[in-house]
Amino acid sequence: MIVKTIFSGFGGQGVLMMGYSFAHGAMSEGYEVTYLPAYGAEVRGGTANCTVAVGDEEIASPIASEPDYLVVLNTPSLYTFQNRIAAGGLLFLNSSIISARPSRQDMEVFAIPASDIAEELGNARAFNTVMMGAFLKRTSLVKPEIYLKSLETVMGSKKKAVVEINRKAFSAGYDFLKA
Amino acid sequence: MNSKVLMQGNRIIGEAAIRAGCRFYAGYPITPQNEIPEYMAENLRKVEGGVFIQSESEIAAINMVAGAASAGARAMTSSSGPGISLKQEGISSMAAQELPGVIVNMMRGGPGLGNIRPSQGDYFQATRGGGHGDYRTIVLAPGTCQELADLTMDAFDLADRYRIPVVLLADGMIGQMMEPVVFKEPKPRQYSADYVLKGAGTGKAKTIKGLILDPLDMEEHNWKLDRKYRVIAAKETRCEIFNTDEADIVIVAYGTAARVAKGAIKRLGDHGIKAGLFRPISLWPFPTEELRRLAGTRKKFFVFEMSTGQMLEDVRLALQGYADIAFHGRPGGVVPTPVELANVIVRQYRRDR
Amino acid sequence: MKKVFSRPESLRKKFVFHYCPGCGHSIAHRVIAEIIDELGVRGTTIGVPPAGCAVLAYNYFDVDMIEAMHGRGPAVATGIKRVRPECLVFSYQGDGDLAAIGIAETFHAANRGENFTIIFMNNAVYGMTGGQMAPTTLLDQKSTTSPPGRNAVLDGYPVQISEILAMLPGTAYIERCTVNSPANIVKTKRAIKKAFQYQLDGRGFSLIEILSPCPTNWKMSPIDACRWIDDVMSKQFPIGVIKDTPAEAAGKEGAGHDR
Repeated sequence: MIVKTIFSGFGGQGVLMMGYSFAHGAMSEGYEVTYLPAYGAEVRGGTANCTVAVGDEEIASPIASEPDYLVVLNTPSLYTFQNRIAAGGLLFLNSSIISARPSRQDMEVFAIPASDIAEELGNARAFNTVMMGAFLKRTSLVKPEIYLKSLETVMGSKKKAVVEINRKAFSAGYDFLKA
Repeated sequence: MNSKVLMQGNRIIGEAAIRAGCRFYAGYPITPQNEIPEYMAENLRKVEGGVFIQSESEIAAINMVAGAASAGARAMTSSSGPGISLKQEGISSMAAQELPGVIVNMMRGGPGLGNIRPSQGDYFQATRGGGHGDYRTIVLAPGTCQELADLTMDAFDLADRYRIPVVLLADGMIGQMMEPVVFKEPKPRQYSADYVLKGAGTGKAKTIKGLILDPLDMEEHNWKLDRKYRVIAAKETRCEIFNTDEADIVIVAYGTAARVAKGAIKRLGDHGIKAGLFRPISLWPFPTEELRRLAGTRKKFFVFEMSTGQMLEDVRLALQGYADIAFHGRPGGVVPTPVELANVIVRQYRRDR
Repeated sequence: MKKVFSRPESLRKKFVFHYCPGCGHSIAHRVIAEIIDELGVRGTTIGVPPAGCAVLAYNYFDVDMIEAMHGRGPAVATGIKRVRPECLVFSYQGDGDLAAIGIAETFHAANRGENFTIIFMNNAVYGMTGGQMAPTTLLDQKSTTSPPGRNAVLDGYPVQISEILAMLPGTAYIERCTVNSPANIVKTKRAIKKAFQYQLDGRGFSLIEILSPCPTNWKMSPIDACRWIDDVMSKQFPIGVIKDTPAEAAGKEGAGHDR
């Protein structure tokens, strides 16, 4: 089994952190992992994206020509990547920001009002953790506790408030999708 | 203690170098390898005797490395294509003076300024010496982050063993990627320190030089270097042979291209084509014998590179017409997908039949 | 009978300098070797000869040496000194090596306040390659690549490298000397010794510029070459101390310390 996920959004939305923390969590789960960020001038102020491959066997190419999963945080990312998802793939989009919907019918779309949820929790910037909650609920690649531990590790923040808001945001995203 | 960590390729090189006893790093920023000097700036100076210098140029960096090596330190510099071109004068000089050192090239698209995307266009430069004069450098090409860690450490050992500059040749993609990695225990440094300058003490003064004006003496020096290169060529080839037992077709690729190839091999299976991979890990010395042996039983070879065909020449030299060789290249910073490569190979395979 | 003159320990025992009659290199070599003897540091000295006439300096100096590519002496010396701060490290460079092809290495070693010494042999010409124009060639001075004389418009101006480097806070001691007379040789020796002592005291970058006669390429007799330094060359490149940073100031700026 190898599954590939692309995370994409504006630079500064925390896209790379989503991929990094997810990759770390998958490693903690014992999976083989590759994390490949887009780099260089293109990520400064423009769109940022990264690809995470998770598998129980050696991962050959870290590039996803047909990602199984796509997590998008802004409209340009939806347009860029929607046609690349494998048939039967899953698309997670932040519906608080993205009003467009993909025209393809051969994939499952999860619209998460992540920014609204995060704002209700008191920290709008935690919306990406809300997305991660929903993403991991549906994909079950990393157990919530393991993911949250990885998130704390990669953020390197020991501030209680930050840890707390991310835990809340994750739970809110996780609970938003029905099992 | 040596647990698995998720780390970016460039930073892995820095960490592996420090663990291997690298105590001198000089470099100049260039994308896509900036995390190496950044990692060294942050971490090498914390180590006892560790020196980090952001040099004024790539030329200065390699010459600082030469100086540090002559003084006995394990020393490293890193760059990408355009900067590596500037370093060639110093690499040639180190080869002449038989100084050990590690040079990292995280290849980007070229020629000229090119771009910052992953590429394999510096194969010729790395494997043919790169600078002026009759010389070679050992060239190691990692394909995974784990190999980045392992080969960085090995590079220092080889540099010491043969008193030779060793090039670690990877590309922007491996440098930017993160993968779990376990750092192996470094071997204790083994080298003959008789060349090291520390002042003559009460003994004879030592001289490290590359200027040999008498052509016969210079010739002898060239043959001496050549004898060393022959020993290296006989003893230090490395390669991975993957899935070739049943293979109708053998893909030859290194580094990032080899990863794409591995992905393509799975898809080729879906088309009913049995493919395997021959992956040179040492690009110089090129694993000629290993590849030739494979040609005893396998007749179709497919070279895939992120260039217009450079390693292709070494494959042709190795196979000497005993097998069919096809080629697919994507130069200029393009990393093709396994799907694309598989499709190209399928078309090629069907045409041949 | 007391021996008053002999070959310095820091010069090799048997050789004949290959330098032309009247050349300044052999004088500078001897002076440096005498100082190394006097400071008692032969066993901990590492020298970096250049590409240029002095490329074979390691055949004369009986100290550890590594030859540098053209212009790269300060970079090589940086690597050595950072790894072996206990050693006396000097780079010996000509004007083309230092002020043209190696200007970046020189400038930035000085700007980092690297704690080593450069001996800068300025003879206003490329000696080894046969008398081409150097960055320090004077205006109207003839060379094989400025046959009618150096023309400011076409060839630019002579570079005052010592004055330029003196502007950098990392430099501790800079003096311009010459070896065209016994009295000036004594002064040169004093200057180099001071520079080496500054280095041993960890005070940072030092450079001694030596106006050096090149009778062969100047197409003069040795005597005329020495006179020309007094009459012409030193007008462009004035002799004297250009910068002498007091010890406490050097400490304050961190030059040479805590490498």
